[in-house]
Amino acid sequence: MLLKELSEAFGVSGHEGAVRQLILDEIKDLVDEHHVDALGNLIALKRGSLKARRKVSKVMLAAHMDEVGLMIMHIEKQGSLRFRPVGGIDARVLLATKVLIGDDKVPGVIGVKPIHLLEPKEREQVMRVQDMNIDIGASSKEEAERLVKISDYAAFDTSFSELGGALHTVKGKAFDDRAGCVVLVELLRESYPFDFYGAFTVQEEVGLRGARVAAYSIAPDIAFALEGTICDDLPKKRDISPTTTLGAGPAITIMDRSVIADRRLVDLLVDTAEKNGIPYQFKQPGLGGTDAGAIHLSREGVPSTVVSVPSRYIHSPVCMLSLNDLDNTVRLMREALGKVHELDLSRPQGF
Amino acid sequence: MQIKELLKKLSEATGVSGYEASVRELVRDEFSQYADKIRVDAMGSLIALKHGEAVEEGPRHSIMLAGHMDEIGLLVTKLEKGFLRFATVGGFDVRVLLGQEVVVHGRQDLPGIIGTRPPHVLTTEERKQVLPLDKLFIDVGMPEDKLGKVVRVGDVITLRRQFTELANNLVCGKAFDDRAAVACIVSCLQHLTTMKHTWDVYAVATVQEEVGLKGALTSAFGIAPDIGIAIDVGHGDMMGVSEADTVTIGGGPAIGFGPNIHPLMHSRLVETAKSYEITYQTDPIPGRSGTDAWAIQVTREGIPTALISIPLRYMHTTVETLSLTDLERIGRLLALFIANLDEAFAQELGLSKARARQESSASP
Repeated sequence: MLLKELSEAFGVSGHEGAVRQLILDEIKDLVDEHHVDALGNLIALKRGSLKARRKVSKVMLAAHMDEVGLMIMHIEKQGSLRFRPVGGIDARVLLATKVLIGDDKVPGVIGVKPIHLLEPKEREQVMRVQDMNIDIGASSKEEAERLVKISDYAAFDTSFSELGGALHTVKGKAFDDRAGCVVLVELLRESYPFDFYGAFTVQEEVGLRGARVAAYSIAPDIAFALEGTICDDLPKKRDISPTTTLGAGPAITIMDRSVIADRRLVDLLVDTAEKNGIPYQFKQPGLGGTDAGAIHLSREGVPSTVVSVPSRYIHSPVCMLSLNDLDNTVRLMREALGKVHELDLSRPQGF
Repeated sequence: MQIKELLKKLSEATGVSGYEASVRELVRDEFSQYADKIRVDAMGSLIALKHGEAVEEGPRHSIMLAGHMDEIGLLVTKLEKGFLRFATVGGFDVRVLLGQEVVVHGRQDLPGIIGTRPPHVLTTEERKQVLPLDKLFIDVGMPEDKLGKVVRVGDVITLRRQFTELANNLVCGKAFDDRAAVACIVSCLQHLTTMKHTWDVYAVATVQEEVGLKGALTSAFGIAPDIGIAIDVGHGDMMGVSEADTVTIGGGPAIGFGPNIHPLMHSRLVETAKSYEITYQTDPIPGRSGTDAWAIQVTREGIPTALISIPLRYMHTTVETLSLTDLERIGRLLALFIANLDEAFAQELGLSKARARQESSASP
């Protein structure tokens, strides 16, 4: 399964090569052109069947290949490794996890003082990342240096597996945004009337870096970011909107921290879902940032929105999603893209 | 000019973000000795072009070197009973301001002091509190009625510090962040006069880095170089700070690695340092580098970018400390890197393809 392969691949922001290679192998026979740009984005073009220029003749779909992870900053005399997060990671999820370091995937654990030895006060304190270590079993700095080096990336070591059930849930790491990558690969299997640019972007987690330059070089008429997004639907004391709900279908973004979606694209997605009986939900406005945040500000502006596969526990070692949601996201996008070239994006005179 | 004298001159010059004109003229004097063309862009960055020697006719590849010439500073916000209230321009730890000397750039330059109440009159409680910005004031020792004629709201203030030599070839002063990088770029241009290079070199002293990498953003767009290297300062080893967060003073150029840096640019710099036996160190940067490299990298379609950091203690204070040996090494490393740029490296980076793409997608 492509999601399994991509989830288990190693691709912390700035080091997406392995993920890119897997995707390239999958899509190279599906597209007319592809290239890798200066930052490492994989940009694929599938030419449209319509020759006449329409108002929407160039559509960009973006999914980011990178994941949050760690970077090795220092090797202590005793051989333990100091690190810092790459991208946003809650320090509380790091303790006692297993990671893989560098291209040789050297295994290590983020060690923690055992509960027996903790002072009562220590238990109430959140451990800071600066105070954590990765233990690779080395007994000296020299020994550690034979295995890893300063500046190596580290990623969570989590295997993918199917949990099953009515929602066909699966667990694994980096569903943010390998789920989006899977959706984009599936969409590349179809033909479209417009030029379809699939951008597998880099460095989303450190500031929407790849999408920004990809959007510049593509210069699309409209864009969709495809995401594995926050799904915070667990029971809690103070019940607010749950961001998204697992199994309730693709989540359409109206507004997040990085973009106010183009309403015409949102309406197209909603109409399409309703006409085709595809379940959908709105993502709770105001949370998270996505590649659409960079794309919609490219050049003179690009009408954009985001469609996401709800995923629990993103930015932690293990995430969970429903394959039903994944399939429905592909369906919704496929149907909506069939209509997208008919959109009239002109603004009334004088706005 | 030796790098020490140059750094002293640049360090003691005035150039708070947005008001770099004065330091720019000093940099212009230096760049113009080596440049074929020189211009100032709309934001105020100084851009010098040194042509490469073409192997064949046609456009040459180009590299941009960026060091920012602005410094953090202060701005007058209010005249109050003969004293000045002020805001910060750029990131200051307010704890380092108390008791510092300043220069208020009013209708004339006025020396001033950020005043502090003496310990004698303070309660024990008061001594334990960090004074917030709105409790600080500048005293220029002028009566209220006269002060209003010389100083106006909006006047720029710089911290005052004379360049000082310490032991072990270390020096200390203000605004080494990032005038030291400008000195490295001048040193690189000097070295290049005795070397051959086929790529065009754009030496850029950028503006407004401290308030959001602004000069680098616009100058990189205007130049559209094939590759870029930002030179900035990085935290040097010092007491009380984890080694994981610092590079070594005297340990040579800290060659950055991480999402902000193109891996091939990093490895080429490392190879260059190794083959010419220049002491260097790797500087892991897990995300936002907070330097001009961050802006250059995402200019236009994306630019393969590297970052070289100058190990520096006590950043954003008036006692920034660095090793002159490190500066000399950086100047030399930059020049050797440039002299060895060739078509094979351009192809490795995929540059020719990138250029063709850029031209086709730039047409509406």
